[in-house]
Amino acid sequence: MSPSASLREIALTPVRVVMGLIDAPLRALQKRTGLSGMALFFLAPNMLIFGIFVLLPLAINFVYSLTGGSALFLPDRSYVGGNQYERLFDCSSYLDPLTCQEDAFWTAVSNTFWFVVLQVTFMILAALVTALILNRNLAARSFWRAVFFFPVLLSPVVVGLIWRWILQRQGLLNFILYPFGVEPYTWLTDRMWSFTAAVGVSLWAHMGFYALILLAGLQAIPKDLYEAADMDGTRPARVFWRITLPLLMPNLIVVIVLALIRSVQVFDEVYILTGGGPGTSTLFLTQYIYETGFVSQPRNPGLAAAASILMGLVLVVLTLLQLGLGRRGENKGKR
Amino acid sequence: MGRTIGFILRRRGGKFWHWTDIVTWVWLIGGLLIMFGPALWLIFSSFKTPAALAEFPPSILPYASQQVTVQGYDKPLVLYDVTLPDGTTKKLAEVRRIGLFSQMVDPQTPGEPIRVSINDRKPVRALSFATENYTEPFVHFDFFRYLGNSVFVTVMATLITLVVNSMAAFALSKYEFRGRSFAMLIILATLMVPLSVIMVPLYSIISTLGLFNNLWGVILPTVATPTGVFILRQYMLTIPDELIDAARMDKASEWQIYWRIVLPLTAPALAVLAIFSVVWRWNDFLWPLIVLSRKELYTLQVGLSIYSGELNVQWHFILSMTVVTMIPVVLVFIFLQRFITTGIAGTGLK
Repeated sequence: MSPSASLREIALTPVRVVMGLIDAPLRALQKRTGLSGMALFFLAPNMLIFGIFVLLPLAINFVYSLTGGSALFLPDRSYVGGNQYERLFDCSSYLDPLTCQEDAFWTAVSNTFWFVVLQVTFMILAALVTALILNRNLAARSFWRAVFFFPVLLSPVVVGLIWRWILQRQGLLNFILYPFGVEPYTWLTDRMWSFTAAVGVSLWAHMGFYALILLAGLQAIPKDLYEAADMDGTRPARVFWRITLPLLMPNLIVVIVLALIRSVQVFDEVYILTGGGPGTSTLFLTQYIYETGFVSQPRNPGLAAAASILMGLVLVVLTLLQLGLGRRGENKGKR
Repeated sequence: MGRTIGFILRRRGGKFWHWTDIVTWVWLIGGLLIMFGPALWLIFSSFKTPAALAEFPPSILPYASQQVTVQGYDKPLVLYDVTLPDGTTKKLAEVRRIGLFSQMVDPQTPGEPIRVSINDRKPVRALSFATENYTEPFVHFDFFRYLGNSVFVTVMATLITLVVNSMAAFALSKYEFRGRSFAMLIILATLMVPLSVIMVPLYSIISTLGLFNNLWGVILPTVATPTGVFILRQYMLTIPDELIDAARMDKASEWQIYWRIVLPLTAPALAVLAIFSVVWRWNDFLWPLIVLSRKELYTLQVGLSIYSGELNVQWHFILSMTVVTMIPVVLVFIFLQRFITTGIAGTGLK
């Protein structure tokens, strides 16, 4: 026996002992319940945890949104009907957040809207270009793929801190711009620049993920189609519009909807980067929910729950959109 | 050599550079700089002293002013290159600075201090790594504890995820029972339920269970991942049922079938899920931030965010802690990247 195999034996022995010990009572259980009983036994731990920590919260979230006060536990809270929703929607003009009673909520909604529009647009464009380039006949393709994928694994806190460090006054960006005569600037204290940075940093952090899915889609396109086009002397632009893009469509739709869903929930890296500021210029929906429910004094779980349900509705619509479009895309691919 | 370069830089046919070749290389080189540059800048910066961090324009590599101990002075003095009135330069140590002038002594022959205009002196600097940025946080910030908490959460959550998800996937792929499609539907429907939608009620449930300010309160809500069940079930569906039937004939119990036959055959999918789970749990931020309010329970991510949010940010410590926080993920990236990329490309899950 090779040394590594015997090492593995030693490491696995305790596992074997435990699994063997569990086996006896489970055999007894199996005798009494039969096969379908065992199926439920296997399913139970996952469903129990899932039920307590996902399904139950989903259900009581609605109840929370109908109650008021700052108490945390449901029995201590008073029923207020639709007051929380009324408060969220109490606006003289929906286009101007400052005319609303909950101006922070509408600021967050409008910030999130513009963030989603800008981030997803640039994300898809950059991911598509990256995927097309990585799909070319490159040397060391897996290296280049890794280059673009690298930031995807970094934690949002690390991403936020890296860029906060770069965008500060003595940072790398000012250092690079210095020779061009740009005075050192604290980028994150400027409303417009800090929003731009939020979009840019989240692009940097997630673009590789979408590029990877698109690359997989490109590689699944049969090569003989390109060979045939080559023999016919088809122009490259025409090949792209007539072969590549239509066949990539199912993946592109998945990527767009996935990017939309993630983008609506933007929080971690931007929160670390800007803390929502300066002012409320980078305050997004998740941060509004978090701060309303947990940080503000007095905290308002009912209002936070109502806002989170509204956000959940947007996500449900997007998910249904994906399921619908995805099915159509699949059929297209088959034909 | 020429052929190697020719191979690396091969073009879209023909002798001349097509515009797409130029775009490709601009994009690739630009990508290389933009994707790796920030992380490298972080690593270089993390070795700088607080004084070097406050400089502008900054140096790329960590430099520090050199100091010497001079006879007759208690503290080490900073060394400068001084241009003397006669045009020669000399290494002198600064005793103190008075307005626009500084008093300097020659380290070799410390005698009367020389008065020098501060415009005529430049600090002598050498490459030096401020490793105390890495050692001091362990003493000052309970950094070991945060590291330990993060490792505990990551390892426990991943182990439990693997066990409960694989059991559920086994039930959903290898048994016929009433309610199976309903269970599958629930799992698929909640694939997209994000934390931000349920954080208020989830927090009250955690508190009711007494798991507030408890690492298990961070671990438990994350372990029953629909994603994991989904990946494992898809993989287990490819295991032939005949294997299981044969084992039943040999009087194997269902439990034995699960852990002696199905689990070993699912190893590749388990590996992918394990890698994902480690990265997810290591990087988790918002939920630990809500559940953990006592300092000694912070995970690395929470600790970093709290210390970087302070009024006087001690950047030299924050940067080095950020680098340490990055290490496990970078290791995963270097050694296991292939699993992750195929996992994402195959399932579209993150």
